[in-house]
Amino acid sequence: MDFLRPASWEEALAAKAEYPTAVPIAGGTDIMVEINFDHRRPDYLLDLGRIELLREWEVGEEVTKLGASVPYTQIMENLRATLPGLALASHTVASPQIRNRGGVGGNLGCASPAGDSHPALLAAGCEVEVESVRGSRMIPIDEFYTGVKRNALAADELIKSVHIKNATGPQQYSKVGTRNAMVIAVCGFGLALHPDTRTVRTGIGSAAPTPVRAKAAEEFLNAALEEGGFWDNGKVITPSIAKQFGELASAACNPIDDVRGTAKYRRHAVGILARRQLVWTWEQYRGTNGRSLEGAA
Amino acid sequence: MAQNTRTVGTPTNVTQKHNKGGIGESTLRPDGTLKVTGEFAYSSDMWHEDMLWGQTLRSTVAHAEIVSIDISEALAMPGVYSVLTYDDLPAEMKNYGLEIQDTPVLANGRVRHHGEPVALVAADHPETARRAAAKIKIDYRELPLVTDEASALAADAPLIHPGRDDHHSGHVPHPNIVHRQPIIRGNVEEARKRADVIVEGEYTFGMQDQAFLGPESGLAVPSEDGGVDLYVATQWLHSDLKQIAPVLGLPEEKVRMTLSGVGGAFGGREDISMQIHACLLALATNKPVKIVYNRFESFFGHVHRHPAKLWYEHGATKDGKITHMKCRIVLDGGAYASASPAVVGNASSLSVGPYVVDDVDIEAIALYTNNPPCGAMRGFGAVQACFAYEAQMDKLAAKLGMDPVEFRQLNAMEMGTIMPTGQVVDSPAPVAELLRRVKARPLPPERQWETAGEGADVRALPGGLSNTTHGEGVVRGVGYAVGIKNVGFSEGFDDYSTARVRLEVINGEPVAMVHTAMAEVGQGGVTVHAQIARTELGVTQVTIHPADTQVGSAGSTSASRQTYMTGGAVKNTCEAVREALLEMGRRKNGSYHPAWAHAELLLEGGKIVTDGGEVLADIADILENEAIDLELEFRHRPTAAFDLKTGQGDGHVQYTFAAHRAVVEVDTELGLVKVVELATAQDVGKALNMLSVVGQIQGGTTQGLGVAVMEEIIVDPKTAKVRNPSFTDYLIPTILDTPTIPVDVLELADPNAPYGLRGLGEAPTLSSTPAVLAAIRQATGLELNKTPIRPEALTGTL
Repeated sequence: MDFLRPASWEEALAAKAEYPTAVPIAGGTDIMVEINFDHRRPDYLLDLGRIELLREWEVGEEVTKLGASVPYTQIMENLRATLPGLALASHTVASPQIRNRGGVGGNLGCASPAGDSHPALLAAGCEVEVESVRGSRMIPIDEFYTGVKRNALAADELIKSVHIKNATGPQQYSKVGTRNAMVIAVCGFGLALHPDTRTVRTGIGSAAPTPVRAKAAEEFLNAALEEGGFWDNGKVITPSIAKQFGELASAACNPIDDVRGTAKYRRHAVGILARRQLVWTWEQYRGTNGRSLEGAA
Repeated sequence: MAQNTRTVGTPTNVTQKHNKGGIGESTLRPDGTLKVTGEFAYSSDMWHEDMLWGQTLRSTVAHAEIVSIDISEALAMPGVYSVLTYDDLPAEMKNYGLEIQDTPVLANGRVRHHGEPVALVAADHPETARRAAAKIKIDYRELPLVTDEASALAADAPLIHPGRDDHHSGHVPHPNIVHRQPIIRGNVEEARKRADVIVEGEYTFGMQDQAFLGPESGLAVPSEDGGVDLYVATQWLHSDLKQIAPVLGLPEEKVRMTLSGVGGAFGGREDISMQIHACLLALATNKPVKIVYNRFESFFGHVHRHPAKLWYEHGATKDGKITHMKCRIVLDGGAYASASPAVVGNASSLSVGPYVVDDVDIEAIALYTNNPPCGAMRGFGAVQACFAYEAQMDKLAAKLGMDPVEFRQLNAMEMGTIMPTGQVVDSPAPVAELLRRVKARPLPPERQWETAGEGADVRALPGGLSNTTHGEGVVRGVGYAVGIKNVGFSEGFDDYSTARVRLEVINGEPVAMVHTAMAEVGQGGVTVHAQIARTELGVTQVTIHPADTQVGSAGSTSASRQTYMTGGAVKNTCEAVREALLEMGRRKNGSYHPAWAHAELLLEGGKIVTDGGEVLADIADILENEAIDLELEFRHRPTAAFDLKTGQGDGHVQYTFAAHRAVVEVDTELGLVKVVELATAQDVGKALNMLSVVGQIQGGTTQGLGVAVMEEIIVDPKTAKVRNPSFTDYLIPTILDTPTIPVDVLELADPNAPYGLRGLGEAPTLSSTPAVLAAIRQATGLELNKTPIRPEALTGTL
């Protein structure tokens, strides 16, 4: 295994072009596990550790540009107001040590359905900025995940940053694990209210071959909110709407039985989380309990 | 040291007064700071000039005939020094085992479980060794699997060990049963007629792993005399030695063992892991060889706790007295015997729990299967039984409409109670009092997640930072349990410990050196030994010699026995050293003061004093340039074997008891559990070091919590392969999963034990699990007959 250490982003792109099988490594929190378990023996590791621009972020008017290697700790500490769903998701990642090293770029690069950030990214809405020696392009998150641990990157491309829509309403994220900390997701769910467009978006983790949105649930809720004038009148969400939203979210799952949980449980749990999060976010939107956009916890 | 081993007569029964840093003080561990700062040298940290790395190739299938092994490609790799298979074993003896030598050092034409060692490689780099091992080609022809009682005892069941002729093979009903222990006492059928209520239950206990953090590792260094020096993390050096030397074809004195830094054990280091393999490679290459398992291999490198199926029937009269108990306990021992026979003995003899039940019909067996071998783990057979009988106690209480604690207290054993084995409990057994204490504690406040207006503090809720509930679906439950565990080795085993103590003057000060072969695995024995030496010899300075086989056996660091046994041995030898010192004093100074002749003399602050406090001499002045150096064995009172048909016999040395009250909060919709508090009370006889006592109790309690809500090795019943050999999927509690653990320590002396102490390390692991289960049952109303509880079981989504 050769270890490539580019000193700049340009050098990194050149290296990736020259060695398309090279596996990028930033925090190493995923790839090192694969290597240690002997699940993977890449010919080349491409170390992105010296590339400063990957660790930078910029909060714009409407969009936050998040460098691929910004560690979860930084997201939790600095971006709770603009990216509340992702900040909550970051909280659930492994341990403090891992959160100091791991970033969203690694989650996207590995594209494991169990990655903690995916549901939050799907719910918030974002584009992934990727680049190669051929140039750069933006991949909408909805088109990014293409299969189990597969994404839309070309062999010579690297993830540079993620352009995430700043929150205009409450966002939530929950994950189910069989331990109260440091646990891989049995399943996860994210919900974001977007009052600016009067829409909602969702994300489901670990309950389908790829991270997915619960589109039927979103459409149902968008219609129900519109129909009932909820965005304007700020009424309490009826239990029947919450229930149906949960059921549709559950139906959006396509999970497997594995050592971490049964398919039946995953469907069940996603439905519960969706229902609860709808109540949490909507109550927050109504401002009834004075919570800020930073969400719970 | 042999020349110093002599009997000096029975030490006089003098009780030393308190000496600074002596017993009863919470002196700090000598290795504490090093461990916390990461500077402690564990066995995996060892290094030797010019050393090679050993790698084990393990079977990828659970049950197969080995048709062929081709090592040529591995051997041809540059950097590879040696590849060994069964054919290379140097001695007549090719098996090892704690009690039954049924475990092949390397597979002999057949593998019996997933992960069984088949070949060894030594290379100059661990990665080279790993790659070379991967190039060994093994052709397996798979055989039918034995995975449970039905398949083990079926008419056409393959025999796991055909032709076995061990000392249990004559009395077991089937060759796939390692050992069977019935216990019959009283007349169950008659007693059953008196019962107003009868409850029955079938319980399943999952396979728990010791999950010690320091993986199996050691370093074998060949020596010029053709022998080998082995530095290794283990629980019992001399037991290893007895199993290692014969397969190396060496006399025991040519295998010199030294304990290296142990990163936890919990029973998982009682069996041999890499010891023989490293020695074989070192002798084959004439170079030092180090073997370190990674986490994945560690899950295959040691035995686990026996998973069990337990069927119980209890009856009671309507005024709450238990009439009888019938039970059948089936333990899965896996492919090799390990400690299975002794686990069977414990499970059967402790199956009734700490209760008075005169009429019992008990049967416990351990099976041979193709599942991973199971053996010793903290609680050792008593854990599985406690989980089941405590569930039964709650069922009985519910059926009688009685309070579950009062029901237990009404039936609690006490000093004088007769065990199902006929043994009389002859020291304090404060079962009812322990229950009273945990029940009397105020309950932790409800809804602690509620904050002043700013939403919920999710850390106090099921799911924790995963943010799954803000209080929705959360129901509190409270549960109680109490357990009984034996201390020390039972059933007639000659259980002894050896301690060597040397007293001499260094730089004008008397210094005691304590030398034992006790494995310090984290339990704090090294701390306690120094305390005992200070108390008994009145010195300040105590040196703890590294544990090795140059001194007699200390027995195993298991069965809650080391403070009792090796602590007892240190006390015993120190007393003899004190006698020898006083004798020396009488000889040298006796004529100067009449007190030398008649008074009870004590050692205090480096001086010899009368019991009135008058100083007779400095220890240093008496010793001058001489050293007193003694090595003595210490035994607990003998035990007897259990009768093979009736189970009668005074099989145990001492009993130990703990009770727990669990308070849990369950998210009943998601099936997630937060254990809020696990209050416990335990009798320790005498706390030699309260800080260590509380640490042991809290650790044991947490290990019990683990198997209540998360810890389980999952074996695929179709393939007998382990599905979760990693810390990603074998979960152990983090600090966020660990509740507040208030500890109430009783000190009711056992007159038979050194200082009156009671072994304590295992008891908290027993009752913690059923207490958590009882609390979850109360919160959910579900029956829950299997541990660990998974969210699926609480939500009907299995």
